[in-house]
Order: sequence, then structure tokens, then C-alpha cells
Amino acid sequence: MGMTFFEKVWDEHIVHRFTETEALLSIDRLILHDMSGSEALYQLDKSGRTPFSPEMVFTTIDHFIATFPGRGPNDERTVSTIGTGSAKGAGVERMNILRTLSLKFGVNFFDIGSPNQGITHVMATEAGIALPGVMLVCGDSHTSTIGGIGAVAWGIGASEAQHVAATQTLLQTKPKMMRIKLEGRPGPNVSAKDMVLHLIRQIGAQAGVGYAVEFAGSAVRDMPVEQRLTLCNMAIEFSAKMAFVPADEKTFEYLKGREFAPKHKAWNAAVAHWRTLHSDDDAVFDTEITCDVSGLEPQVTWGLSPAHTLGLHEQVPDPAAETDPQRRAAMERALTYMQLEPGEILAGQKIDVAYIGTCTNSRLSDLREAAKILRGRKVAEGVQAVCVTGSSSVKAAAEAEGLDKIFKAAGFEWDESGCFGCTGLPSARGARTVSSANRNFENRGGLQTRTHLASPATVAASAVAGCIADVGDYLGQGA
Amino acid sequence: MEPFVRTTGVAAAIIRNNIDTDQISPGLYAANTPKEKHAAALFGNMRYLQGGKPNPDFILNKTPWTEAEILVTGENFGCGSSREAAAKALRAFGFRAVIAPSFGGILFNNCFRNGILPVVLPKDVVQRLAQDAEHAAGGARITVDLEALTVTDTDGNSYNFTSPVQQRSMLLQGLDEIDFTLSMRGEIEAFRNADKALRPWIYTPGLNVG
Repeated sequence: MGMTFFEKVWDEHIVHRFTETEALLSIDRLILHDMSGSEALYQLDKSGRTPFSPEMVFTTIDHFIATFPGRGPNDERTVSTIGTGSAKGAGVERMNILRTLSLKFGVNFFDIGSPNQGITHVMATEAGIALPGVMLVCGDSHTSTIGGIGAVAWGIGASEAQHVAATQTLLQTKPKMMRIKLEGRPGPNVSAKDMVLHLIRQIGAQAGVGYAVEFAGSAVRDMPVEQRLTLCNMAIEFSAKMAFVPADEKTFEYLKGREFAPKHKAWNAAVAHWRTLHSDDDAVFDTEITCDVSGLEPQVTWGLSPAHTLGLHEQVPDPAAETDPQRRAAMERALTYMQLEPGEILAGQKIDVAYIGTCTNSRLSDLREAAKILRGRKVAEGVQAVCVTGSSSVKAAAEAEGLDKIFKAAGFEWDESGCFGCTGLPSARGARTVSSANRNFENRGGLQTRTHLASPATVAASAVAGCIADVGDYLGQGA
Repeated sequence: MEPFVRTTGVAAAIIRNNIDTDQISPGLYAANTPKEKHAAALFGNMRYLQGGKPNPDFILNKTPWTEAEILVTGENFGCGSSREAAAKALRAFGFRAVIAPSFGGILFNNCFRNGILPVVLPKDVVQRLAQDAEHAAGGARITVDLEALTVTDTDGNSYNFTSPVQQRSMLLQGLDEIDFTLSMRGEIEAFRNADKALRPWIYTPGLNVG
């Protein structure tokens, strides 16, 4: 019987097998940020230990750093929500813990001002730190993002991160294996974000519990690498342990020449190895799902779960028609919170905030898509529009091609990179926000904030329209 | 880690699916947050009314559930953010075990490392335990036994569960996981030496062999 991609990578990393499914795994890359990473290093230092393999550890500041233009190295983001437990100065303390201990331990550290500073999941692939077939962990749930380049990457807690720092290994129970095929050609102006929201609506927000998910199918093969990163980013939103797209020629082309990727003969040897890391034709998965994305229209969430997704022109569902009592209760709660009525259409809902950024959609290609719409247009009166770049190098690359001018001329705030937006966009209480982020949970991104998740293009179109809007109205259906 | 073998105590039921870690511990708590702050943060948005007064209708604000040691809850408990503050908040409040039909993967592992046992049981069993938990004021108590791998309700009905072998043994003994792993240093080094021959680019990021 053939093996899956995941089985091959799992087996390649076993240091010690405790049982059929439990093993001590060798970890190739540990990435730490100022939130959970500062805690991991703080506890490690307190216990008198040092990193086992500092050259395999990469740290940066993304969670607490302010993103406003012209920020300094110790400017913490605005503490916007009441009751977050995050007193003024706490962020500065965390950034300084990470900074001081990163320098003390001699790990690869990207401080504010470094081109590699940025959201960990954005900079890890951009700098070639993440590579196909590596096992990579980070104290952040959206680490699944990095699977988009064919890595096996997952989020861990701060204690697990401390363990990895101390031993460069991690005890894990082998997840079950699922393959999800996205098949067909979606409609115009549809991105990976729309496809994955559509998928979660079909399979539910908990379909992935306990699974390592391999994405496959024609729509995934057709996707550029950065779209695959978006796809895998959202896997945690259907509760997968991790997700990946095994590397192909597109991946190799994307990674070649990046700072921490192997070079010359080492590159050739690596690629030869990576070519062996794919699921065999007769490999067996515990679960297989096929999702048809043919003709799909842009998708937006209406509720408090990514499964609460609709096409732009579909009607908000009526909980009365839902037979499952738990799901009905969740729908009712969501409608009340979001201040929507069954039967309403999302397109045309007035918005207060338009946000482009986060580890889901803040890469150069995302900004280009949004800029296509913003070029020569203005953000609607009364809408707060913010773009937070995913990394310092994304920002520099975007500015090199003049994207910043397009955003600013349209009326967008053009920000330095960071996690701001998920960790506290200071929008007015109850603001209706259309966002390229990944979570539409209660109170995430500001108290009572009513968040609609969408693609960066949909966010840009909505910013211009002043209400949730169809990209096709600006770019035409053929784009 | 803090050991856990068994406990018999008050169980509180919050039966809702997909309670994410933002709900368990809202906000961003610091590395050196004291235990009391973690305890106060637990389920903050449900537990307090606007202005910060305790919500009298929320289960953990009612006697005897203010003393609850076991949480009985819905599917996919602890999905979302990786924040370990969620596990710390549960433990700081007094919980020693959480029983659910399924868990978010990161929280499941974080529980072990914070002295909490996550127990997976079928939906119908969880539902029955939740009903039992409602009678805590009348003396109902649930027992969670990691050594025996059983959960027993007030009437003596017993349900078996499974737990990852190695994590279970560490929790039973309260082992320091890092010390345990470092005792296998020889094996780790041997693995790395063999792997270095196969994948040298892993051990030297940016490896340039001309």
C-alpha cells in the first residue's frame, strides 16, 4: 500500500516511537513571536535551560507592535478593548522579553526594522525559513498557513514551544488523515479565501478536528503558491490540526533563491528529496472530501462562525428552518449579535470599517488584487479603511511597485506590518467591519465588532462602495 | 507538570459547540500573569455583565458550581487561538478535568501541560453527564479517574475513555516533560546525525554548497 505525503514526512521525523501513534518528533524549525514566544523563552530562561539548537529557531515581533506609519521599535499597539487583561505597557514588556532573550540565546531574531520582521506565517515562507517536508511549529494557531508550501506546520501552546526550544523535539499523537479535493473552475474574481469559506460552509467548522488535511484537486493545482497559503491558513477555522499542499514545480519556483532556502548543489539535493514527498496513487486517507467550486461567486460570512458563509447575493438563512437545536441556537445568537434578519442580502449592507491584512491575506498578491479595484477610486465617506502589510518585506515590495500610492490616494491608511486587526483594531464599539481576516468570533477585533470575512478584493470593493459589494461591479465579470 | 490521578467533584455543564479559546480566556494575558488574573478571566464575556458585575445566570457564578472541578461541555471545545491562557484560566479557576465529545487540538495538549485532564466521551454520554451535573446542588458528584480511565456519575454508571499513553503517564506522575525528553539526548543526537546526512539543509538554514 502506498503512503500519503503526511505519513512520509511523519516517519522521516520520528526520534522515538512510544506507541503506534505517539512519537517524539524532531522539529526542523521553531518560530516564536512576542506573545506566546516571549512566554516560552521566559519560562525556558527561568528554568535555567538554553535552546537546544538556536540556529533552527526564528523569532520576530508581530503581535504587540503598533502598525501605524512611522512607529518606533517599542510602540505597542493601541489597547482598544476593555477587559482584555492587557494593561498599557504589557505589550512593551513582552516585546522586550522576546528581544532580550532572543539576543541572549543567539537565535535568528528579526527586530522591528529588519526586512524579515512581520507576521510569522507571512515571513516564514517569504524568507525561505519554511521549506517543503519540514516539520515546523509556532505558538500560533494559524501556523497551518505554512503548509501551503508543502511543510507540515502546526500551532502549539507556549509550554510546547518551550519544550521544542529546549529539545528541538515534540511529543505528538499522529492525527488522522483527510484529503480535500477542490475541483472545478470558480467564477470570476474568486480567490482561495472565497473557496475555503465555501468549503467550511459545506463541511462545518469542526470537520477537521483531529485531522491533518491534504488539499488537492484541480483548483488547488491551479492556485498560485500565495493562494495556497491562504487556503491552509483557514484550515484551523474548520479545526484541522494542520493542512498542506505538497510541493510542486510552482512551490520550487516560489522558494528558489530565498534567504534561508538552500543554494546551488544543496538546493538541487533538496528539490530531489522534495519530489519524493507526495501522496502515492494508492495511498489511503481516513476521510476523503470533494468540494465543487465550479462557477463559485465571491463569499462573505454573515455570522459568528466561518461556516456562517453566503454568496454575496444569497439570503441570510432562517434559524427556524434549522433542525439541529445546537446549530439553530448558534444561528440565533449570531443573527442577534450581527444585527441581521433572515432573508436579508449581504451585498448592500452598510459598513463602518474595511480592513485588509492578517496572516490570511496580507501578501503582495493580495495587495495587488485590492489595488486593481482601488486604482483611481475613493473609499466611501464615513468608512475607516486600513491596510496592514503582512511583513516589512511585503511592504517594501508593494511600495517598489507603487501600491502604497494607490491605497493612500484611495483613502486607505497604509500601515507597517503586524497582527493588528486581529489583536485589536480600535474600531468603534459595534462597528460593522468587512475584513480579510480569518476569525469572525464575538468581540474579536474590538468589542461587539460585527465582522464579515471576505477576500481582499471584496474588502476593497466594499470600502469603495461603503457597503458589502461585488468585485465584479468594479472589475467586470471577465477579470 | 502538576500531577492528576483522579478527582470526585462538582461538575459544571456548559453545553455549546465550538467554544473557542477567545471565549475561554478573552484578551491577551502576559507571560507573568498571576493565577488570580487567569482565574478571573475565565469565560469573561459570559461570566460578567457590562460593567464587570458577575452575571447571576451564568453557571460558574452559582453555588455550588463556583467550586466546580469538572467541566462538561460541547463539541470542539477550545478551538481557535493557541493561547495557553485558556488552559491556565481553566486550571486557575479550579478545574481539573474537561469532558467533551471533541477538543480543539492545541487546547487538548495545553490541558495536559497545565494539570488538566481532557476527556473525550461520546455525545450521548456527555449529555447524560451534563444532566447529572445539573443536580450538583442536590449532591451529585462526578468522578474522573485517569488511572482507571473511567468517568463515573452519581448513580455509579461508569464510562471508559482513552488517553494518549505517554501524555497520560506524564500527567499521572507529574513528570517534567523537558527533563524526560532530555534523558533521551543520546537518541536525539543519533537521529540528528543520521538525518543531517539525508537533509543537510535543515541543520544549516540557507546552506550554500557551490
